[in-house]
Amino acid sequence: MIRVALPYHLRNLAQVGAEVEVEVAGPVTQRSVLDALEAAYPMLRGAIREHDTLKRRAFLRFFACEEDLSHESPDAPLPEAVAAGKEPFIVIGAIAGG
Amino acid sequence: MSRVRVLVGTRKGAFILEADGKRESWQVSGPHFAGWEMYHLKGSPADPSRIYASQSSGWFGQMLQRSDDGGKTWHQPGTPPGEKPAPGPPKSASNKFSYDTTDGSGKPLTTHMWYDGTQHPWEFKRVWHLEPSLSDPDTVYAGVEDAALFRSTDGGENWKELSGLRGHDTGPKWQPGAGGMCLHTIILDPADAKRIYIAISAAGAFRTDDGGATWKPINKGLYSQYIPNPTAEVGHCVHHIAMNPKRPGVLFMQKHWHVMRSDDGGDQWTKISGNLPTDFGFAIDVHAHEPETVYVVPIKSDSEHFVPDGKLRVFRSRSGGNEWEPLTKGLPQKDCYVNVLRDAMAVDSLDDCGIYFGTSGGQVYCSNDAGDSWAPIVRDLPAVLSVEVQTLK
Repeated sequence: MIRVALPYHLRNLAQVGAEVEVEVAGPVTQRSVLDALEAAYPMLRGAIREHDTLKRRAFLRFFACEEDLSHESPDAPLPEAVAAGKEPFIVIGAIAGG
Repeated sequence: MSRVRVLVGTRKGAFILEADGKRESWQVSGPHFAGWEMYHLKGSPADPSRIYASQSSGWFGQMLQRSDDGGKTWHQPGTPPGEKPAPGPPKSASNKFSYDTTDGSGKPLTTHMWYDGTQHPWEFKRVWHLEPSLSDPDTVYAGVEDAALFRSTDGGENWKELSGLRGHDTGPKWQPGAGGMCLHTIILDPADAKRIYIAISAAGAFRTDDGGATWKPINKGLYSQYIPNPTAEVGHCVHHIAMNPKRPGVLFMQKHWHVMRSDDGGDQWTKISGNLPTDFGFAIDVHAHEPETVYVVPIKSDSEHFVPDGKLRVFRSRSGGNEWEPLTKGLPQKDCYVNVLRDAMAVDSLDDCGIYFGTSGGQVYCSNDAGDSWAPIVRDLPAVLSVEVQTLK
């Protein structure tokens, strides 16, 4: 199972806790993880990726294993620790403070 | 006994205020969708338990929420909480507002004017206004930024653009106002199901007489000194339009500057600012039973978005405009510097017509005597974006 950590407002939208687990068949990539996440929680469609283009929304970023993966290809393999369920794939609002 | 339910959208959530017909003692629920910008909530005239709400965020985009029990519980249409999603493609997309560019019903995705005069592509940003059908709880219209009109006929589960508006040949001349290029006003004509009025900042007012297939700019008589041609067919920053449903065709408009009226469905407008201390403003509404009684909240200027002289005053005309009286009883008359936005005023339809408005300071005021006196329902909400009221009999 792949662990996905969601920001506060998306947890509330999906009515879940800080992390969810999704099953991914085949290569573990941003695209396959987000496809699985949106299939399990359809209320998140459009909130992380744009509906038509499936591009990452401008003010969201993706992290895993202390790496910023926001600008990686959506089809690039995620770190092995994510694929093994040891580390979460993190969706986070792009904000430094305020 | 009759009751009222006031639906309040704020910068940080939605609130529902309920009272009996006296409108003196209030129950407050919320925040619903805490932390989200709630641009607008509105109940269905055909089924008051059905409420639609626009929920948005700069980070997470647009969401559409629906309640079928008067605001007690909410869900995104098509994805009820707790229901296990079926395999396969999504059955609905309640937050998908894609401009219709398909052959047949659609129009090409063109460009509109940007702030600097260059052309800029249409980009969906958010839903500003939801207008449920007068007769069918499952039919609802959405006015969006960048300006376009969408309609759902399945309770908000799926949306289709009425692209004839965006595709109007004046589209490249439309431009964003300070708040963006938003379609913020939708008025359904109760006497003619095919007639709809809409308004866009800053394009102006438009009317369809064929259910949304074709649209006509209705801006004759408007004068906007800040655009190259002050009497142009489009380009006017219309802030809001109001109509008494018992007298369709008579419209009252708060433009950027100037308060206007039309007695012929918008074909011609006449200035009725009269003795207002300033005729800049956003909100305007009409008494439920007296179609010549109109309310506005003058704002100092387009550079200073707060009430003039530190006094929160609603102005009422009982003669359809030009002669206005300040209504001050119960409203702060010193050191007050709030704004009242375009969708933040509403009227109920009880015998003693109630008037409601919300402020950028988080107050929601009610008058249960047509404006003669006012009392705050709540004082300390987040900045109020919209106020609607349902009269429950």
